[in-house]
Amino acid sequence: MSNTALTEPAENYLTAGYGLKSWLLTTDHKRIAILYLITITVFFAIGGFFAVLIRMELLTPQGDLVGSDTYNKLFTLHGLVMIFFFLVPSIPAVLGNFLIPIMIGARDLAFPRINLLSWYILVIGGTVSFAVILFGGVDTGWTFYTPYSSTYSKTSVSLVAIGVFITGFSSILTGLNFAVTIHKMRAPGMTWFRLPLFVWAHYATSLIMLLGTPVVAIAILLVLLERVFGVGIFDPALGGDPVLFQHLFWFYSHPAVYIMILPSMGVISELVCCFTRKRVFGYSFIAFSSLAIAVLGFLVWGHHMFVSSQSIYAGMVFSVLTMLVAIPSAIKVFNWTATMYKGSISYETPMMYTFGFVGLFAIGGLTGLFLGTLGVDVHVHDTYFVVAHFHYIMVGGAIMGYLGGLHFWWPKITGRLYNEAWAKLSAVLIFIGFNLTFFPQFLVGYLGMPRRYHVYPEEFQIFHVLSTAGASLLAVAYVFPTFYLIYSFFKGEKAGANPWGATGLEWQVPSPPTTFNFETTPVVTEEAYEYSKREAQVV
Amino acid sequence: MSEAHSGVVAHQFDDAQQQQETASLGMWSFLITEVMMFGALFTGYAYYKTLFPEAYFEGSRHLDYRIGAINTAVLICSSLTMALAVHAAQISKRKATIVFLLLTILLGSIFLGVKVFEYSDKFEHNLVPGRNFSLDAYDETVNPRNVELFFCFYFIMTGLHAAHMIIGITILGILVILAWRHRFSSEYHAPVEMTGLYWHFVDIVWIYLFPFLYLIGRG
Amino acid sequence: MSHQVVPLRVYYLIFATLILMTLITVEVAFWNLGLLTFWVALGIASFKATLVVLYFMHVRYAHQVVWLFAATGFVFLVILLVLTLNDPLTRGWQFQAEDPGMSIFMLR
Repeated sequence: MSNTALTEPAENYLTAGYGLKSWLLTTDHKRIAILYLITITVFFAIGGFFAVLIRMELLTPQGDLVGSDTYNKLFTLHGLVMIFFFLVPSIPAVLGNFLIPIMIGARDLAFPRINLLSWYILVIGGTVSFAVILFGGVDTGWTFYTPYSSTYSKTSVSLVAIGVFITGFSSILTGLNFAVTIHKMRAPGMTWFRLPLFVWAHYATSLIMLLGTPVVAIAILLVLLERVFGVGIFDPALGGDPVLFQHLFWFYSHPAVYIMILPSMGVISELVCCFTRKRVFGYSFIAFSSLAIAVLGFLVWGHHMFVSSQSIYAGMVFSVLTMLVAIPSAIKVFNWTATMYKGSISYETPMMYTFGFVGLFAIGGLTGLFLGTLGVDVHVHDTYFVVAHFHYIMVGGAIMGYLGGLHFWWPKITGRLYNEAWAKLSAVLIFIGFNLTFFPQFLVGYLGMPRRYHVYPEEFQIFHVLSTAGASLLAVAYVFPTFYLIYSFFKGEKAGANPWGATGLEWQVPSPPTTFNFETTPVVTEEAYEYSKREAQVV
Repeated sequence: MSEAHSGVVAHQFDDAQQQQETASLGMWSFLITEVMMFGALFTGYAYYKTLFPEAYFEGSRHLDYRIGAINTAVLICSSLTMALAVHAAQISKRKATIVFLLLTILLGSIFLGVKVFEYSDKFEHNLVPGRNFSLDAYDETVNPRNVELFFCFYFIMTGLHAAHMIIGITILGILVILAWRHRFSSEYHAPVEMTGLYWHFVDIVWIYLFPFLYLIGRG
Repeated sequence: MSHQVVPLRVYYLIFATLILMTLITVEVAFWNLGLLTFWVALGIASFKATLVVLYFMHVRYAHQVVWLFAATGFVFLVILLVLTLNDPLTRGWQFQAEDPGMSIFMLR
């Protein structure tokens, strides 16, 4: 495909209309992506604020900074905000929204107005949920286990349940939009197996959003009905079983973790190819492994319930199935590594995040196998081992992928280049800060420190001090990108259409793109990642 | 038939055919979320039925299966009239479209009216979960608290179903107005078809609800 | 999905079948079929639902993708039901356990 976009057009999606109305009533997927970017950054800051308080409290073995009730609220809100309001939307809503139409050669998503509606729903759901903070918070844990959440808790469970219920529809509508778009709006010649793996990853993610979210919506609705109307199916007095809530809750919440990681894996596939200047090893394996993760991810939720009194037979079945779901993830890691082998590797910031991702995701994923082993889980369930495991995947994995992708596509989104020195420094500090925060948690968890406790035995303090030190570094390091990225938006060097010399339709359009992406519908003739077929064209 | 009233093709689509097929796929995507939503309730229902089947049989025996059967027939009729409405829109028969849409609304309303009657009947017989609930059990070995749980499901599931019916009837009403204004023809009738899909889905939910709420424990 | 116009007699036939199956399901409910009762009821309901999906919802005449979406919803519903019910259905199962560590699973 020849590169026709060497000169910057007079008008791009950022300059096409000024004023609040043109942004708040936009149907342009690229502007909506920016709206999401701002929104989830705010949510991340709020979730991070709670994390800071948690880590400060955990510096000392006594419960001295906050009382137990307050501590319960802190970890509940940290979890709720980070999962439902940051991680689940993050890459799909920002990078997916911006890139998917362009990557497949379309002018917009299938349903642009529904796309805008998704954003409004997230904002409304977030507002309702954050109002809860004013009303004294919630102390049930983000997992809302009954009957505490449905009957006994005296905090604003109903309000936050409404907020999360509303927010779920944002996710459902995004998944709906992506799935239909990818089926129906591909440009001529863009067959399924020529799609960037980023698109495959988002397709798989959309399946999960569509099929899983409604179930947790019902679970939350049922808790709400019980609290408000007393019509309760979890009420122990009626014979209600708390385990049923857990089944319905985890049926979504386990696949939800794949919602959080699959898009990130999609990003990594793109970054690996560009910065090793090679076609990915085993394209169809990676494509199918995304689907496999989505499907298999629905079969394993009971591994969160090994000690909840589900039947032992069910526990065994879920344990075996859990081993299966590790396989497609491993295939991806092997294939990315094989891609790098004999590739021409360069170490720009996105590639640094890629290395971080692969290593940290491997650790997180492997520790998942420990947890999926029924016998081992009996000992480490509800300890900091679990906390470390999921933070390695969510932060070491998902957030690294998010940051890597944000940096990679930043020139496309804004038309500017960021400062590479600051970006590299931030990446290194984030990596160090992250490991210092969470590696000690594996150790202290294995030694028996329970999660959700703020009072602990003296001998665990050294681990918590290391962890809090790491968290302090991490918090500072996370702030850096906010500054240099925003600075670059106004003062950064202007970027051409293809500063990285990457393949893909998004690099064939100007930086930033025009409102309708393409002047004429592109016709795709080459496979994805054809780095060998042509010279790397940096423009 | 005036072509000026056929739908405009939105900018992201290449042609009307793509727009139509995309809308259909979008509605099906929405319907599979509904399948999982009602499915979660059916799962909860089945879960407790496994744990205390006798209480479920007891609860079911307190429901009037004849009313349930009549309502099922009413809803099946409404599915027929809905399909006929879509058919009429497809061949540009405006008056027939409006008539069949109105019939569908009528039948749906009858269904809801019967449900209102059933609910108030439950109140009178103290079968509403909460303070109202007390039971004259046919089977004395059964724990009335468990039967109350059955009725929680009865109300939640039929209530959610009824809410979907109300939304459906509202949308049908809007379609009647649009059809009256010549908006539909053989070139453009997607909204009628999409609403048809939604209506048939709500019918399918009831096709499962009826036997599992009204007809268990009768043998 | 788009402009397939289904002949009216198909609709009337399906309608009649649905009404007939409704009468049958009521009648059969009063028979003593033991463990089979549930499966018969499920079978009849599923048959009715299939007719509605294929003919009233036009899946019989539609693009393959539509069929894929409809089937996917059904498949994942089955997953939800089977793997969840797997738990209460096997609660009563006893395992011969010499290791006392296993006894925590003998709850309920």
